[in-house]
Amino acid sequence: MTEISLNILDVAENSTRAGASLVTILIDISTADGTLKVVIADNGCGMTQEQVAKVTDPFFTTRTTRKVGLGVPFFKMAAESSGGSFDIVSELGVGTTVTAVFGLTNIDRMPLGDISSTIHNLIVYHPESDFYYRYTVNDRSFYLDTREMREILGGIPFDVPEVSVYISEYLKENKRETDQEEVY
Amino acid sequence: MKSLAELQAIRERMQARVNMRSEDSNAIRVVVGMATCGIAAGARPVLNEFAEKVQEKGLTDKIVVSQTGCIGLCQYEPIVEVFEPGKEKITYIKMDADKADEVFERHLIGGHVVEKYTMSASGLK
Repeated sequence: MTEISLNILDVAENSTRAGASLVTILIDISTADGTLKVVIADNGCGMTQEQVAKVTDPFFTTRTTRKVGLGVPFFKMAAESSGGSFDIVSELGVGTTVTAVFGLTNIDRMPLGDISSTIHNLIVYHPESDFYYRYTVNDRSFYLDTREMREILGGIPFDVPEVSVYISEYLKENKRETDQEEVY
Repeated sequence: MKSLAELQAIRERMQARVNMRSEDSNAIRVVVGMATCGIAAGARPVLNEFAEKVQEKGLTDKIVVSQTGCIGLCQYEPIVEVFEPGKEKITYIKMDADKADEVFERHLIGGHVVEKYTMSASGLK
């Protein structure tokens, strides 16, 4: 993985597969704290404590198509190698929350990358889940809530070209204004 | 900041043709592997290329682009499967955005499988 955003795409995919009706993705960049924090929280089926303990082991997966499960270990490694931290909390029947903190100015931190594409992909290809996304840089922030959008659209799906393009532009334009010329 | 008011306008524009999307059972399905292996190998630009081309050419009712998990051939990712009604499934391997563009033009539009990118051309079964 070359971007934090690709890790997010991969790990959030697990939330949708866990049958989550709501996936919350928070990006919080603080120059004062020197951190880039990512939270992915879902209300999906959750994991047993035994599974939680094993999920950061690359040789553990519930898939049957292959014997390794690298998504979560990649994310953990990326955070920890930038001087940050990684945490995963899960409860069966309640949901899972993954928190990764990256050292913002650490030379080993991979770039955030195209997070707007990640969120757009998740929304458009997972119509069965709702997404709440918030992007924060210091005291500036914006959010997108698909539940609000659904209400406005009244049955028009997210993958209709006009709507899909709108969502993409909404994410990119609002991020640009939040970033104020800075690239993270 | 871009607001939700624009979305309201889109809805009003589209209300007249809400039920126009009858999922065509003759539609071609293009499926891109988007598990860890696919994403790490560069599947996102491939998926986006197909989706953008289909939208650009106004073929969303003829070609459906979707994603799937891992099919166990991680070393050949990004993998794209094309399902055409009445035809055998075509599996393209080691794809990128340029190859996706070529497959879109020659296979999805032109009807000719781009043999050189297929799994069968690489000698795999």
